[in-house]
Amino acid sequence: MTSPKTNAGLISKSFAVFAKDIRLELRSRYALNAILMFGITTLAVVSFSLGQSNLPPHLMAALFWVVMFFSAVAGLAQVFIREEETGTILALKLAAAAEPVYLGKLLFNFFLLTVMVTVITPLFFIFTDAQVVGIAAFSAVLILGVIGLCSATTLVAAIIAKASVKGALFAVLSFPILVPLLLTLVQATQKLFDNGAFDAVMTEMQFLLAYAVVMTTGSILLFKYVWQE
Amino acid sequence: MTGVIIFSYSTPPPQKIIGEASRIFYFHIPQAWICVIAFTMSMIYSIRYLKTRNIVFDDRAYEAARLGFLFCILATITGSIFAKITWGSFWNWDPRETSIFILLLIYGAYFALRGAIEVEEKRAALASVYAIFAFITVPFLIFVLPRIVPSLHPADSVVDSNLKFTMGATVRMIFFTSLAVFTAIFFWIFNLARRLHHINRLMLESED
Amino acid sequence: MYKLIVKNLSKRFGYRKVFSDINFELSIGESIAIIGPNGSGKSTLILTLLGQYRPSKGKVLYLNNNQQELSEENFRSSCALVSPYLQLYSQLTAEENLQFFATLRGLTITGKRIDELLNRVGLEGRGHDLVGEYSSGMTQRLKYALALMSNPDILFLDEPTSNLDDDGKQVVFDIVKEFRTNSIVIIATNERDEYDLAQNQCRLN
Repeated sequence: MTSPKTNAGLISKSFAVFAKDIRLELRSRYALNAILMFGITTLAVVSFSLGQSNLPPHLMAALFWVVMFFSAVAGLAQVFIREEETGTILALKLAAAAEPVYLGKLLFNFFLLTVMVTVITPLFFIFTDAQVVGIAAFSAVLILGVIGLCSATTLVAAIIAKASVKGALFAVLSFPILVPLLLTLVQATQKLFDNGAFDAVMTEMQFLLAYAVVMTTGSILLFKYVWQE
Repeated sequence: MTGVIIFSYSTPPPQKIIGEASRIFYFHIPQAWICVIAFTMSMIYSIRYLKTRNIVFDDRAYEAARLGFLFCILATITGSIFAKITWGSFWNWDPRETSIFILLLIYGAYFALRGAIEVEEKRAALASVYAIFAFITVPFLIFVLPRIVPSLHPADSVVDSNLKFTMGATVRMIFFTSLAVFTAIFFWIFNLARRLHHINRLMLESED
Repeated sequence: MYKLIVKNLSKRFGYRKVFSDINFELSIGESIAIIGPNGSGKSTLILTLLGQYRPSKGKVLYLNNNQQELSEENFRSSCALVSPYLQLYSQLTAEENLQFFATLRGLTITGKRIDELLNRVGLEGRGHDLVGEYSSGMTQRLKYALALMSNPDILFLDEPTSNLDDDGKQVVFDIVKEFRTNSIVIIATNERDEYDLAQNQCRLN
C-alpha cells in the first residue's frame, strides 16, 4: 500500500491528471469551445475591418498575437476554476502533492493552446494576406510562444481560481507578466512575415526559450504555496 | 524633513539648457528610485511571508507596494510633464516609460488580486506568490525593451549626460539631498504604516 | 503505531472565532465523535486536522511508530475522508474516478479490486455510469468506496450517513466497526445513533 517516491511516480501521476483533464474536456469541450470561438470571432472582426488593405508586417504580427492572447485568456483559466467550482479540488488535494497537479495542468494547457494554434494560424493566413517564407522557423516560434504562454499563465490560473471574482482577473494578472513574451513574439513574427528565416530570429528564440524555462521553474517553486491554500 | 524639501526646491537657480523644467529632476528621479526600492521590498517581504507564514510580513509587503504605487504615479506624472516640455508629447513609449507603465500594471494587478480574496491568510499567500512571480519577469523586460522600442527619445542619455556634464556642486548637493530626503520620507511613512498594522493586530488579539 | 495529537487547537477566520482550545489524543484502535450544533465548526475542525486549514493557534501532530512526525507524503497516503465538501468528478464514471485517484495515490488497482469496492458499498454493476447521473445517496456510497480503496490508517467521516437509506447506513456502520479496531476513526455528526460509534466525544459549541 505504500507509494513509490520515484520520478516514475511523478510522471505517471502528472500524466494521470493530464489524461483526466483531457477526458473531461472531450466530454464537455468547454475550454476548447471557448478558445476557438473567441479566436475565430476576433479573427473575423480583424479581417473584416481590414478589408483589402495591406498591412505592414509589424502590424500584422501584432494583430496575430493579440488574437492569440485573447483566445488563450478565454480558456486557459478553466483548468483550475473547474476544480474549484465543482468542489473536486479537495479530493485532488488530499490525494496528490502539488508538483504532479501543476505538471498535469501545464501539459493540459499546452494541449489546449496547441489545438488553438493549429486551428487559428491557418485561418489567419486565409483571412489576411500575411506571408511567411521560413515556415520551419515560424513553427518553432509558434511552439516556443505556446510553451511560454502556458508556463506563465498556469500559475496565474491557479491563483485566480481561489479568488472570488475570477473572470476579468485572469487577463489583468496575466498581461503584465506576459509583456516581455508578447513583445518578443511580435518582433520575431514581424521578421518572419518580412521574409526572414531561422538566422533572423535566433536571438528571439533564445529569449523565448529562456523565458519558458525561467517561468516554468518559478511556477513549480511557487505553485505549492498556492496549492496549500 | 519637509523643510529640507522646500529648501532644495526654492534655492537652485535654473542652470541647464532645458531651463526651468529641469528642476523636475530633483523630484522625478528620487520618485522613480523609490518605486524600485518599494517594489523590491515588497518582493522580499513576500518571500519572507511564504517562508515564515507570519502575517506581519504580508502587511509590510502590502504597505511597500502601496507606497511604491503612489511614488510610481508621482514619477509617471512628473516624467510625462517633462516629456511634454522637452519631447513635445506626454507619452512616447520609450523604454523607461514602457517599463514604468508595466510596473503600474503589475501593482494594479496585485491590488486587484488582494481585493478579490476575503480570507486573510489566503490573500497573503496568493498575493505574495504573484508579487514574486511578477518580479521574476523584470529581468526579461530590461533585456527586451531597449531592443524592441526604438530609442528615438533619448530619455536616459539626456538625463544622465545633462546631469553628469552640467551638474555643478550645488545641483549635485541638492539632487543627493533630495534623494536622501525622499528615501527617508518613504521609510518614515512605511514605518508608520507598519506600526499601525502592528497596533491593529495587537488589538485584534487582545479581544480574545 | 500511529498517533494523532491535537493540542490547544484554535481556528479563527478574521474576527470570527470558529473553535478554540481543542485537546485530544488518539492512537490506532481509538475513535472520536465530534458533536455540536450546525455551524459549530465540526467540518472546519476536520479540515484543519487534515491540514487544509492552518491552525490559528495550537498544533496537530501525526506521529509514526518511532514517535516522529509523518511526512506530508505518508500522511496523504494514510488518511481518507468522506465529507459533503469532497466531490468526485461528475463527468467521469465511478470506475474512472476510482482509477484516477488510485493512480494519484501511487496505487495500482485491478478491475477485480474496483468491483470488490463497489460491491462493498452496494453499487455493484453501476461502475460504468457517470457519477453525474448518480443519486446523492449513490454518490455518498461511492465516496466510501474511494475512502476504502487506500486502506487508510486514519478515517475522517463528516456527516457519515447523509443522503443514505437504511441499507446504506448499515453499510457505513459496518465499515466504521471494522475500521475502529485497527485505524483511527474521527466522526463529525449530529445524529444521536452515531455518537455511540466512537469511544470518545469532543463537543463543540
